[in-house]
Amino acid sequence: MLFEGARFVLLGAATLGLVACSDQWNTPYTNEQVASNTLFSAFSAPPKHLDPVRSYSSNEWAINAQILEPPLQYHYLKRPYTLEPLTLSKMPEVRYLNQQGEPVLATDADLAYSEVVLNIKPGIQYQPHPAFVKDEQGALRYAALSAKDLSGLKSPFDLKDQSSRELVAADYAYAIKRMAVRQNHSPILDSMNEHIVGLAEFSEQISEQRTQADSDAFFDLRPHEIEGIKVVNDYELRIRLHGVYPQFMYWLSMNFFAPVPWEVMQFYAQPGLVDLNISFDTFPVGTGPYRLVENNPNRRMRLQKHPNYQPQYYPNDSLAENMPSSLLADAGKRLPMIDEVVYTLEKENVPYWNKFLQGYYDASGVSADSFDQAVQVSVNGELDLTGEMKTKDIQMRSSVQPTIFYLAFNMLDEVVGGYDEKAQKLRQAISIAVNYEEFISIFMNERGLAAQGPIPPGIFGHVDGEAGVNPYVHDWHEGEARRKSLETARQLLAEAGYPEGRNQQTGRPLQLNYDAVATGPDDRSRMDWMRKQFEQLGIELMIRSTDYNRFQDKVRKGDAQIFFWGWNADYPDPENFLFLLYGPNSSVATNGAGINSSNYANPEFDRLFEQIRTMENTPERMAKLQQMIDIARQDAPWIWGLHPRSLSLYHSWYKNVWPNSLANNTIKYLAIDAEQRAQKQAQWNQPIVWPLWLTAAIILWLIIWARRVYRQRQQQRVITGDNAS
Amino acid sequence: MMAYIARRLFYAIPILIGVNLITFVLFFMVNSPDDMARAQLGAKQTTPAMIETWKAERGYDKPLFFNNEAPGLVKFSDTLFVEESLKLFVFDFGRSDSGRDIGADILERMWPSLQIALPTFAIGLITTITLALLIVLFRGTALDTSAMVIAVMIMSISGLFYIIAGQVLFSKILNWVPISGYEPGWAGVKFVILPVLIGVFAGLGAGTRWYRSIFLEEINRDYVRTARAKGLSEIKVLFKHVLPNGMLPILTGVVVVIPSLFMGSLIMESFFGIPGLGSYTIDAINAQDFAIVKAMVFFGAVLYIIGLILTDISYTIFDPRVRLS
Repeated sequence: MLFEGARFVLLGAATLGLVACSDQWNTPYTNEQVASNTLFSAFSAPPKHLDPVRSYSSNEWAINAQILEPPLQYHYLKRPYTLEPLTLSKMPEVRYLNQQGEPVLATDADLAYSEVVLNIKPGIQYQPHPAFVKDEQGALRYAALSAKDLSGLKSPFDLKDQSSRELVAADYAYAIKRMAVRQNHSPILDSMNEHIVGLAEFSEQISEQRTQADSDAFFDLRPHEIEGIKVVNDYELRIRLHGVYPQFMYWLSMNFFAPVPWEVMQFYAQPGLVDLNISFDTFPVGTGPYRLVENNPNRRMRLQKHPNYQPQYYPNDSLAENMPSSLLADAGKRLPMIDEVVYTLEKENVPYWNKFLQGYYDASGVSADSFDQAVQVSVNGELDLTGEMKTKDIQMRSSVQPTIFYLAFNMLDEVVGGYDEKAQKLRQAISIAVNYEEFISIFMNERGLAAQGPIPPGIFGHVDGEAGVNPYVHDWHEGEARRKSLETARQLLAEAGYPEGRNQQTGRPLQLNYDAVATGPDDRSRMDWMRKQFEQLGIELMIRSTDYNRFQDKVRKGDAQIFFWGWNADYPDPENFLFLLYGPNSSVATNGAGINSSNYANPEFDRLFEQIRTMENTPERMAKLQQMIDIARQDAPWIWGLHPRSLSLYHSWYKNVWPNSLANNTIKYLAIDAEQRAQKQAQWNQPIVWPLWLTAAIILWLIIWARRVYRQRQQQRVITGDNAS
Repeated sequence: MMAYIARRLFYAIPILIGVNLITFVLFFMVNSPDDMARAQLGAKQTTPAMIETWKAERGYDKPLFFNNEAPGLVKFSDTLFVEESLKLFVFDFGRSDSGRDIGADILERMWPSLQIALPTFAIGLITTITLALLIVLFRGTALDTSAMVIAVMIMSISGLFYIIAGQVLFSKILNWVPISGYEPGWAGVKFVILPVLIGVFAGLGAGTRWYRSIFLEEINRDYVRTARAKGLSEIKVLFKHVLPNGMLPILTGVVVVIPSLFMGSLIMESFFGIPGLGSYTIDAINAQDFAIVKAMVFFGAVLYIIGLILTDISYTIFDPRVRLS
């Protein structure tokens, strides 16, 4: 038996010797894949929904924005963020109408409606899909799949034939009708009901009809019409809105407004397909540069270039000052430039990061675990790559996100809420004491910017420099914003009626409650830090840690006193941030449906908000915005918190990378130098073979030694010759 | 034996109802249907109308165990518990709260789990038994002592350490195998080697120590002495006599886990990017997807019951004295 073992080891060593003849043992791809014009990326959480009517998460949009095309898109390189036509021949024309439907001026008092006219480019084709295939009689060939057709089907593209058709205006109308069906769970239906003429009534009727109909059968929306949606011809669609709503243009760049071909909906409604997890939610179809040919959300998703993608070209506009000229190297080239995109599920940071370093992923974010290995922070807070990254010629891009994380005070609370001077001073004092510059340094590796107000950089209304400083919390000193001293905070606290953190009347220490979702071990240090910030003023902070459900519940009902929350921009307009402080959006006043979680309500702020929400970005709007920000700063319903900074790393063979926080359809602009990638991967991943031989030798020696010991023991006499006699 | 199996399967019904009841109570103690709707809808602003539609679509608008508004016995049958439980007993897992077919997902994900779990189990079992017998062979020597010290060391270190250290050593430093990934069939062998090796190694300490103690108990029995007296070599004594007799206690712990191999391993699959069932339940709990949670708990309970029945059957194979009646 021991000899058997030795034989096994020798056989194993010989096998390994043979394997050693090949190049890279640790590559997760085939040589053909590496050499092809393919982008290798990863996702950490499987997208739940790809159906444009309901997908709303960033990880979902990262995929379906490559597949679907709403009418507008954000220019890839222009800043501030600028909309441009995507499937339209020109930017939408907006007409203003009175109640009778007659044209009026935007400034006229009898203005009742805005009509947005979309002119669709002729000739745009959908991605090839079996739903479009017709037989000789012109009927849809795959509209009635048999059990035989369904057998072994993994994706719709397993069906033999695929075809396409031209994009028409009715497809956009169909998408809006789908949005109106309550059972489709559109997250923006209630918002759009307020703006699109007739949508609310249509939604009520059609949802009722949907309830009556067979839930698994195709529910054709073509015969139904929405009052405010008019398909003029194949290339013109008119959307009528109540009053003026300039932000609607931004909504038109989102996937909720991506076209939906009815044939595809009919195809996916066939019995048996949903049981195979083949649906519009898993294999959406659009006119975008890529089609989803493989969707295993637990393993891999694969996008393939749309063979008949509309003529779109890399922008050749002049660049802003801070942009590298290399960004225009592909100017004027036909898009998309990458043939295939492979997303692999990587739930853990360790394998993801190491595969990036091995060159098996083309780009990576920087997690807290790998930050020190990747990035060094200079004394003045500048981020730079470490020597190890520079040796590999890895590049870095960083940008401040249009996001705000803030610490909210419940304005309905007896202690921290209210609008009198004392209440303001209490909140201002705490705002000074909670040092978000320190928080960013300790917990975010300098990846953030202390906020001076509700509007992040890059959004109209944000002001940089001295003019943009919050005078209640910061001072402008030697060219930078400096947090006011704790002395100032203590003074304010005393003026608020809490000298040294004690109630002036009762003498009892001020005790505040901080509601947080802090269930993990990492949260503890953050909670300790927060407690210390309040301790500096003599305030005792009680942490009320809970799960996310209970936390949300408390905030909705106004039971939380102080809590941490955040907001990510839907579109680059100040209205999308200031509505978080608009009184009528108060969470408590709307039974939890409102977005104003601090329940802030200042009549002057609300009055100005109603004015700015429909204004163009003019100096007048800017002046009103500054007025609003000043009011909010003085009232201090939030500790303004921070705007996070994204950090991404990418290899030298990955071209045209430029952060665009609002556009999701950016893969079409990217390029890969596959030859360089293959070279670098080979250079970085040569197997080290000698430990294999060493291990084999040790095992062999052990076997020989054991065999010898065993034989000695077997031949050992228990009773020696003398004793035996 | 058939009567015995039928009786055990019959006993399984109240167990499964009980398991299902506990799942319902525990899940809905932590999550309300409104919370579930908010989690699934994922909108920034979730309106009451959105929540109500979502609940009505999935039957979460019904009472959990008792419908006060219904007449007679319908008070019990027109409830979420009865409706959802009945479907489970015919293995109709339905759709997840996010709309995917759970049965299709389980079928798709159990094979990758098995691709890792089965070789880890088989190689691990053979290796630990062989090592334990070899250690027994060299009992009382320095090799025995060293092996036990190493076994305790292996047991003392967290499995997560082996995974991360293994990935860094074999994939990053030595560049021998891919750090993570998966391919079905033979193309996937290179992805399977490292997780299987780590799985086997991590279980080596505990397994070897346990089996060694079992074999040491056997080695002093009369039949072993008889075998030696007949002049058999020590290796033959161990592998042909001690091993079969020592299998009974081993089977108790081993056969019961065989059906559960389908369920995969959470950490192993997460780190190695194996698209198995390991994280299916925990992901569903995090996403408050009750449809998956109840299906997986039920599925797990069924597998466990099958495991117990298989254990009983295996006794009759390895010990002819045992009869199932």
